[in-house]
Amino acid sequence: MSSLVRQILRSGRLPVSGLAPLQQAARAYSSAGKEFAALNSMHASTVVIWLDPSVLNSLASTPQSKISSDDSLSQFLQITVREALNSALDEEMAADPRVFLMGEEISKGLLDKYGPERVIDTPITEAGFAGIGVGAAYKGLRPIIEFMTFNFSMQAIDHIINSAAKSNYMSAGQISVPIVFRGPNGAAAGVGAQHSQCYAAWYAACPGLKVLCPYSSEDARGLLKAAIRDPDPVVFLENELLYGLSFPVSDEVLDSNFTVPIGKAKVERQGKDVTITAFSKMVGFALEAAEILAKEGISAEVINLRSIRPLDRATINESVRKTNRLVTVEEGFPQHGVGAEICASVVEDSFGYLDAPVERIAGADVPMPYAANLERMAVPQVEDIVRAAKRACYRSVPMAATA
Amino acid sequence: MAVWLRRSSSSSRRLIKQLWVSNDYSTNTNSSLTGNGGVNYHLQRVLLSRLISSPVFSVRRRFESTEAAQIRTCDPQYYSSEDDDHHHVQPSDTDQGMDFPGGRVRFTPQMNFIPEYLEKRVPCYRVLNDNGEPISGKIYQQVSKDMATRMYSNMITLQTMDTVLYEAQRQGRISFYLTSHGEEAINIASAAALSQEDVVFAQYREPGVLLWRGFTLQEVANQCFGNKMDYGKGRQMPIHYGSNKHNYFTISSPIATQLPQAAGAAYSLKMDKKDACVVAFMGDGGTSEGDFHAALNFAAVMEVPVVFICRNNGWAISTPITDQFRSDGVVVKGKAYGMRSIRVDGNDALAVYNVIRAAREFAISKQKPVLVEALTYRVGHHSTSDDSTKYRPADEIEHWKMEKNPVTRFRKWIERNGWWSDEHESEVRNKIKKEMIQAIQVAERLEKPAVSDLFTDVYDQKTKDLQEQENLLREVIKKHPKGYPSDVPP
Repeated sequence: MSSLVRQILRSGRLPVSGLAPLQQAARAYSSAGKEFAALNSMHASTVVIWLDPSVLNSLASTPQSKISSDDSLSQFLQITVREALNSALDEEMAADPRVFLMGEEISKGLLDKYGPERVIDTPITEAGFAGIGVGAAYKGLRPIIEFMTFNFSMQAIDHIINSAAKSNYMSAGQISVPIVFRGPNGAAAGVGAQHSQCYAAWYAACPGLKVLCPYSSEDARGLLKAAIRDPDPVVFLENELLYGLSFPVSDEVLDSNFTVPIGKAKVERQGKDVTITAFSKMVGFALEAAEILAKEGISAEVINLRSIRPLDRATINESVRKTNRLVTVEEGFPQHGVGAEICASVVEDSFGYLDAPVERIAGADVPMPYAANLERMAVPQVEDIVRAAKRACYRSVPMAATA
Repeated sequence: MAVWLRRSSSSSRRLIKQLWVSNDYSTNTNSSLTGNGGVNYHLQRVLLSRLISSPVFSVRRRFESTEAAQIRTCDPQYYSSEDDDHHHVQPSDTDQGMDFPGGRVRFTPQMNFIPEYLEKRVPCYRVLNDNGEPISGKIYQQVSKDMATRMYSNMITLQTMDTVLYEAQRQGRISFYLTSHGEEAINIASAAALSQEDVVFAQYREPGVLLWRGFTLQEVANQCFGNKMDYGKGRQMPIHYGSNKHNYFTISSPIATQLPQAAGAAYSLKMDKKDACVVAFMGDGGTSEGDFHAALNFAAVMEVPVVFICRNNGWAISTPITDQFRSDGVVVKGKAYGMRSIRVDGNDALAVYNVIRAAREFAISKQKPVLVEALTYRVGHHSTSDDSTKYRPADEIEHWKMEKNPVTRFRKWIERNGWWSDEHESEVRNKIKKEMIQAIQVAERLEKPAVSDLFTDVYDQKTKDLQEQENLLREVIKKHPKGYPSDVPP
């Protein structure tokens, strides 16, 4: 839809004043189109919406709200993380015939478009299809293995570590494994202990793997495309609760060649008083916390890690050298977690710059409970991040970690 | 039983047709091992040493319905093993049934449990008897003099290489080794039946396949010593060979992980429509792994060209097959996955050669997997970390080493054909032994891999982190040279 709108703009037949109503109309038509597609069991991308020139002219003459003079669509287009991921998969599969998808209950839309040879619905054996994916990658294909959730990846973890991660090294470069393991990771809502663990720390401990955690739609698109194109095995940790969230995306993000560099964190919000690192859903929480902190006069810098392995130590340390205080945030278990690694890294490289001990916010050290109230207490909330930042800034009574 | 022949004009097709016409492999032999409808596993180890040696007859037997098991707790009227009427169903009786995915299922008022074991074990295909004579009088000339002598030379090369390297480990010159003693026929004959394009996923007791394909003794020694000429850059322990140019994937220690990988690689061959198959080896122990189940199930469902070869050598380190599974070996598992399977005498080089040729043709022409169970015996210890006399009788080992030796059996056949002699034998054995010893001496003296090889290949491109670690290490080595080996190049 966005390319159509871009075309219309470039044709010069629609003045900038028509941009906002056109965008609204496009969204309306887009959702109507999707409804139409769903009702008729078609893939949404196959529905073509024809905008008659007379419609465009009538749009141009309707009154509109403030429009930016920026003639790109950047501020206006919003896509959900799910759409971002699907569009990335679609584009990469179209561009490279070696890319194929394998997993349980995979996207029907992609199955319809690419057929059962490239989108394989597998029997329930994670070890089986992870091993098959690795074998296919050994032989030159580029598989994307989908786990229902990364909790089930534990049944395939031998293949992920011993077959995928270590093969290039053990074979001295003779066997490369350009495979992507993706799926939801971490806590969802009310799914209990065996469906809620975060595996970022476990996989990031292993040399040979790359571990990515997108937050926004831009992250999702760019990192997934980079992962599929990367010659090394990549563990791509998504988040169930982020799938439905919409984020604004620029033209550049929608380009089919858009990738985000692996190993580079993104500073989501500049600040000067305290650095807050986060990944996946916690980035959103950290940004909310930063807003609250700003009202209290604390300027927080929020870093979206994006890559857990390789970890962008340079960006983290540069930020800490500027703010002198650090709060690490993650949803997973605290012991041997991502925050522990970041803390060690900062202590090794920037000890002299720290004005306060590093604060570590993580999930509770218990298997995830089911009851909604208990679950809420087992994962970090925005208030926890705010309090930690204040502690780091010596603005509240410090917590006694040991008696 | 349908005969699956590729419509090509290869001479092997005609020969195979000959074989299949005379040996209808869908049948059982006339010998059964027990009378009560089951195999007495208490005797299985002994039975293994008395492989069926009588000719295979062409008896057609219809596996129509099930036979009742001897359920002692049940009232006799609820079971029967002599009720043949149930096998021959009249057309009018088949009206009672239902359509179910996979085909129509007929209903039956008889409650018949399928027994744990068939009355007769799955027969074992062989061509030469224990004395190297072709059985049932037929002379099978499928293998030319050149091929036969090449096969035999490779078998004694494998044997000699194993002996010398095992000794080297005992002398402390390498850290580890494992031999293929007793399984030379499976190693070489299967390799001989394949093309160079066929992709091999081995377990670890199949270095003979590499030797056949041209891997030299020097390359073997380099890997075992982990020197700079090792294709593995000194990253792996001995016997973990790997060579892209020989289409032999690097050995990986965890058992049976190569099986689903093989199915995946076969999927890749199928997508590329290559005229080649994947061959995946495993031992009897490997069939207990979950990966075995997943691999066979998937291969059958995805319909990929892979030949699974199980070297059932009776032992998984110290676990005998009686403790490994209770089925009639491994061959019966193929049926459970809807996969064609066959049992072959793994110590009969000609039989193995024939079977792998045929299996390969089937796998490629039909794009379907095949399971081959090769019965054999692990004459050596599991590895240099094992002493098998602790858990099995020495005379059992001697028996298989002497009377059942696959190498001597094949030797008798080629000598009888006038293709080999004692002079040949001693010439080749001495030459190989000398070559292997020299290869070890060269490998021992070669430089070890460079320090930079510690950090390469973790990823396709060295990351910043790794480069920093390498720089740090080099600084430390420079500062404290006495703490580091002097023979490691920079």
